[in-house]
Amino acid sequence: MRYAAQRLAQAIPVFFATTFLIYAMVFALPGDPILALAGDKPVPEQVLAVMRARYHLDEPLLVQYGRYMLGVFQGDLGETFTGQPVSELLQDRWAVTAQLALTAWVFELAVGVGLGVLAGLRRGGAADTAVLAGTTFVIAVPVFVVGYTAQIVLGLNLGLFPTAGTDEGWPGSYLLPGMVLGSFGLAYVARLTRTSLVENLRADYVRTATAKGLARRRVIGLHALRNSLIPVVTYLGVDFGNLMAGAVVTEGIFNLPGIGQQVFQSIQLQEGPVVVGVVTLLVMIFILANLAVDLLYGVLDPRIRRARA
Amino acid sequence: MRVTRSRAAALAVAAIMLSGACGGGSSSDGGGGGKGANAFSVALTEPDHLTPGNTSSDYSITVLDALFETPVSIDAASGKPVMRAAESVNSTDQKVWTIKFKPGQKFSNGEPVTAQSFADSWNATAYGPNGWTNNYYFANIEGYDKLNPEKGDPSTDKMSGLKVVDDTTLEVTLTAPFSQFPITLAYIAFAPMPKAAFSDLKAFDQAPVGNGPFVLDGAWEHNKQIKLKRSASYAGERKAKADEVTLKIYASRDTAWTDLRAGRVDLMTTVPPASTAEAKRLLGDRFVQTPDGTMDYLGFPTFDKRFANADLRKAFSMAIDRQAIVDAVYDGAFKPMASLLAPLVPGYRENACGEACTYDPAKAKALFDQAGGFSGTLNLWFSNADPSYEQWMTAVANQLKQNLGISDIKFRKIPAADYLSTLRQRKEDGPYRNNWVMDYPSPQDYLEYMWGAGNRMGWENKEFDDLIKQANSAPSLDASLPLYQKAEDVALAEMPMIPLWNWQNQIGFTSRLTGVNVTPYSKNLYTISVKQG
Repeated sequence: MRYAAQRLAQAIPVFFATTFLIYAMVFALPGDPILALAGDKPVPEQVLAVMRARYHLDEPLLVQYGRYMLGVFQGDLGETFTGQPVSELLQDRWAVTAQLALTAWVFELAVGVGLGVLAGLRRGGAADTAVLAGTTFVIAVPVFVVGYTAQIVLGLNLGLFPTAGTDEGWPGSYLLPGMVLGSFGLAYVARLTRTSLVENLRADYVRTATAKGLARRRVIGLHALRNSLIPVVTYLGVDFGNLMAGAVVTEGIFNLPGIGQQVFQSIQLQEGPVVVGVVTLLVMIFILANLAVDLLYGVLDPRIRRARA
Repeated sequence: MRVTRSRAAALAVAAIMLSGACGGGSSSDGGGGGKGANAFSVALTEPDHLTPGNTSSDYSITVLDALFETPVSIDAASGKPVMRAAESVNSTDQKVWTIKFKPGQKFSNGEPVTAQSFADSWNATAYGPNGWTNNYYFANIEGYDKLNPEKGDPSTDKMSGLKVVDDTTLEVTLTAPFSQFPITLAYIAFAPMPKAAFSDLKAFDQAPVGNGPFVLDGAWEHNKQIKLKRSASYAGERKAKADEVTLKIYASRDTAWTDLRAGRVDLMTTVPPASTAEAKRLLGDRFVQTPDGTMDYLGFPTFDKRFANADLRKAFSMAIDRQAIVDAVYDGAFKPMASLLAPLVPGYRENACGEACTYDPAKAKALFDQAGGFSGTLNLWFSNADPSYEQWMTAVANQLKQNLGISDIKFRKIPAADYLSTLRQRKEDGPYRNNWVMDYPSPQDYLEYMWGAGNRMGWENKEFDDLIKQANSAPSLDASLPLYQKAEDVALAEMPMIPLWNWQNQIGFTSRLTGVNVTPYSKNLYTISVKQG
């Protein structure tokens, strides 16, 4: 676990660098967020000044950032322009995005690995061709096209899934958006699994195992597939972070009030504290997901574990 | 099978990491609203605030209109004020107004609604340090400036112009005669607030207590829904027909439209313009278009010498084919305008502008040449808030190119957050998109705020200012209208800003509902009930 602790310690400079960078970028956006809030209406200077002071927008970047960080360490993530505490807001939205990403991820893992194995074992056959064609198509089509199509066809026309919202809770409301969000990753997982499996099936140790008279099931399952999953796990780990971030489009289409939607709105409103809060969380997820991947390597391939010990 | 075991372990590790990170993702859902016997749902955008003095957004007002009752409201047919929480609003000199409130009204928490409840709410809104959006609505009440000093903290939090005479009488003294004052009282900023609100204004913003036909049912579930139920204590004329209304919050209008088609939401007051044809086909007479007070204009920076000639500005106006643009960009849903006022405003004249707003390329070119033409780059300014802005600006550019021969035209598309500050600082050096969302149906709301002193265009005209002043102090609403019209004529003759078109609201609803009566002034949720059987 020393390795895990080391990896976590590395997260500290990453945390400060990322938050400052994001803060600076939001700060540098053109325009006056307070004036934009008012729309086309005239607003007395006094009101503008009060609002600017309330959100410390009248102070230099470093002071604002310092204030924000001080708050963060006291558990205060600031508040939105509408006066809602950011921590409360993230709590609500976090649950939605996590459920969505998890659904997508499980879908990627189960269906993706399944299809990959199928294609890999029947290399050159009809199943292989079908998987190749299908995944190429999914990778080529933008997420929002897949999303709207799935929503109209599967949700509205066939009535198989709710069209939008979180009324049905998990899993009902999350199945369709989860599949849409996971479709891109699924295609990658299937292809990675396939290629890797095909390669491993040709390897010496598989030939040896077969020569020893092991059952084909055991050869493929225990020897070939286990090794084949290493690149897949790497991808799935990184992809979990991607899913969290990539939820922007899917959450918009399916009206899921998650992190992705919030980031989009907050960037438009130039709400620095919210954007930084969300991005910090995303960075932490990336770090944790990568850590999980490293730990999983050890499970899949003992050599990696021993090399570190 | 060792393989399955290690795969299970892999999943388990991932699952643990996840559950540790998200801390339980299951949220209890109350089930979709609008499923009960006499309950329906309305598509809404997340409100910014629910304090009457602190929001001017349409979606917030939809909620507040159901929760609160303002002193007067606007009659949709005539555009004139009718009494609501007030019994009468009178003045002899248009400067000192006496408002009599109906006795026996109650807030939903049981507190009586008195003249003091209104004074408290208005003072809080006008109090600078609160930083509330609707602050400027009270600028013409005496003592407002003391609550909004140029520097430092105000010495008082009460306007001297508000005098509570007794429980049902409020005397309001304005800084100058203002004939339109009764109309302004229909605006949500003039709603009352109960005493309980002032001990914790932040909590009130999350859970407002009003005097209207509905009350909140449970907490405001941010970005998800706001549930309302019929108020038990309400004794006014707007008694709610439905037991419950769920306002479902959508981040995208397109998604809301899909949900309406799937029958998952019952009423939508902003069907996306791109879906007009589909809505007509699918909903039939359950798709309704109503006029709106919102107008689009093309403004000129008259402080820039190149745009100082009124004839040149008129030539621009005559070179623009409004109908063609409306048809192409808004599927004919918006209305081309030859007036500075929206059609629903009392005093509106259909062709106030006359020739200068009629598409006539030949005359436009003649006038343009006579005015000395235009050389150099013509920059057209607009914000990126909506893709349709660029579409119609492109059409305008093409027509100016074709009809006036201006060849060098460039677009200056500004981020929405930066657009207004750009105009405010007068950085624009060419015609720009100007939009006006009506506050209350009075010519004054358009003319004085947009063409009056300190306007964006840098246009100055003493005759116009005098006419507005005269109209504001006219002895009655009806007497004020001809004076506003004269002022409008002056502004049209000089044309510092070209009227383009008037917006329309597009409303769609499911066959479950009856009594839908959305007007430009209110969504009238109280009139809606659910069909039985």
